[in-house]
Amino acid sequence: MTPRWRAVLTAAALAGLLAGCGGSDDTAPAPAATAPGGLSGSITVLAAASLTGAFTTLGQQFEAAHPGTRVRFGFGASSTLAQQITSGAPADVFASASTRNMTDVVTAGDAADPRTFARNSAQIAVAPASRDRVSTLADLADPDVKVALCQPEVPCGALAEQVLAEAGVTVVPVTRGLDVRSVLASVTSGEVDAGIVYVTDVLSAGAAVTGIAIPAGVNASTAYPVATVTRSRNPALGQAFADHLLSADGQRVLAAAGFAGP
Amino acid sequence: MRARTSSAPAPRPALPGLLAAPALLGLLLLLLPLVGLLVRAPWRGLPRLLSEPAVAQALGLSLRTAALATALSLLLGIPVAWVLARLVFPGRRLLRALVTLPLVLPPVVGGLALLVVFGRRGLLGPLLESTLGVSLPFTTAAVVLAETFVAMPFLVVTVEGALDGSDQRMEEAAATLGSRPWTTFRRVTLPQIGPSVAAGAVLCFARALGEFGATITFAGNLPGTTQTMPLAVYVALERDPEAAIALALVLLALSVVVLVALRERWRGPGAAR
Repeated sequence: MTPRWRAVLTAAALAGLLAGCGGSDDTAPAPAATAPGGLSGSITVLAAASLTGAFTTLGQQFEAAHPGTRVRFGFGASSTLAQQITSGAPADVFASASTRNMTDVVTAGDAADPRTFARNSAQIAVAPASRDRVSTLADLADPDVKVALCQPEVPCGALAEQVLAEAGVTVVPVTRGLDVRSVLASVTSGEVDAGIVYVTDVLSAGAAVTGIAIPAGVNASTAYPVATVTRSRNPALGQAFADHLLSADGQRVLAAAGFAGP
Repeated sequence: MRARTSSAPAPRPALPGLLAAPALLGLLLLLLPLVGLLVRAPWRGLPRLLSEPAVAQALGLSLRTAALATALSLLLGIPVAWVLARLVFPGRRLLRALVTLPLVLPPVVGGLALLVVFGRRGLLGPLLESTLGVSLPFTTAAVVLAETFVAMPFLVVTVEGALDGSDQRMEEAAATLGSRPWTTFRRVTLPQIGPSVAAGAVLCFARALGEFGATITFAGNLPGTTQTMPLAVYVALERDPEAAIALALVLLALSVVVLVALRERWRGPGAAR
């Protein structure tokens, strides 16, 4: 092979790579449901961080029920995900931890007809070593108690602000997590004494944290809406996954993770 | 760059045809995003967006912590570079490699490593808390530490290179004339490597200014205490993309200033490299 030919081949390979960069990482363009009535292909579900555990289980369940399909997840703060979807991130389904972020996406024309599939409320997660220092919501105001909260832009942060305002407790956090999972991580690692997270996060952390219930009078809840993304390349599969969340099987998994029904 | 090459006129190189397209694509890839920032910048709202107290707070914190990280890097990095360049000891090559590790290590990993050592449940964290009453995570000091961790290797590598390339005979001559090691270092070595120290410090400052991963992992995210400009850009993106672009412009402008400072150093007369 002459050097010239080698160069041409290299250029061609590079062009191929570049072309590959443009699309999603699907090897073949995902066909929308092929066999009549059957579902195939893959979807990407962008879901609130608090859904990490439940959705991982639900995804496996869904794939088992529909052989040949693949559900991929991206978990993060609902506000981050909403911003990614409106910026054109390739996604098929969006599951938000607040109606506000879903409304942003719907308003932008990137999703339609959201349906609420679960509800969640706030709880205090306490690091095992700090158990004797935090036993009520008011203890979080103690300057010696290190508290992590979600940043206010994120649903769990908005929820925490609402709860604290309702209870009349002023908390100066040492950090504001980018999503609920990072707040939970700060508590489980013991870097902070306590954090306000969702009921479901305390449940998922098991023995790594102690949960302290927030009195129903001051607690608040957030609704979880799901919708298929308008530019989805596999809307049938996305719709099927959203339906699965609202099915009896789906609701059982969500209930086991601590979510309340819609 | 041309100023440094020999003064004899060299034949102008012709651009090989096959390089033209990738070169153009490469330039576009590097420049288009920056142009995009400028195009989408909310110029009219800029004064309002940038005069928000939160911006001044994040910018002030960024400049302060990056300056402290640079100072700390100078204080610790120059001696490290000297040890690596001048002393002969077993394991020097390994140590050299390890010192530059943060250059290639994902910053989040660096932040995690810092947390594992200085965290409340870390290797040294409990000791620091019980003896000095100091708890590093979530403090501005943690930001400085995280920035120093990722940025100091830039200074070390630059200074070490200068020491390697500098004329050691001058140091030997000074020693023969009875100069003490410290005096030799201060009066002979340091002036020789001065320009490289400055270039290294500028690089170090720039890297510290842009630090995100290690900071958010080790120091957290709290406006006024640990929320530096890159964190503020990230957070603002979710709330108000225009504000994020405005903040990004400030970082872009700062980076350009740093770059200009660097070019002056590299091209200036008497530069070691």
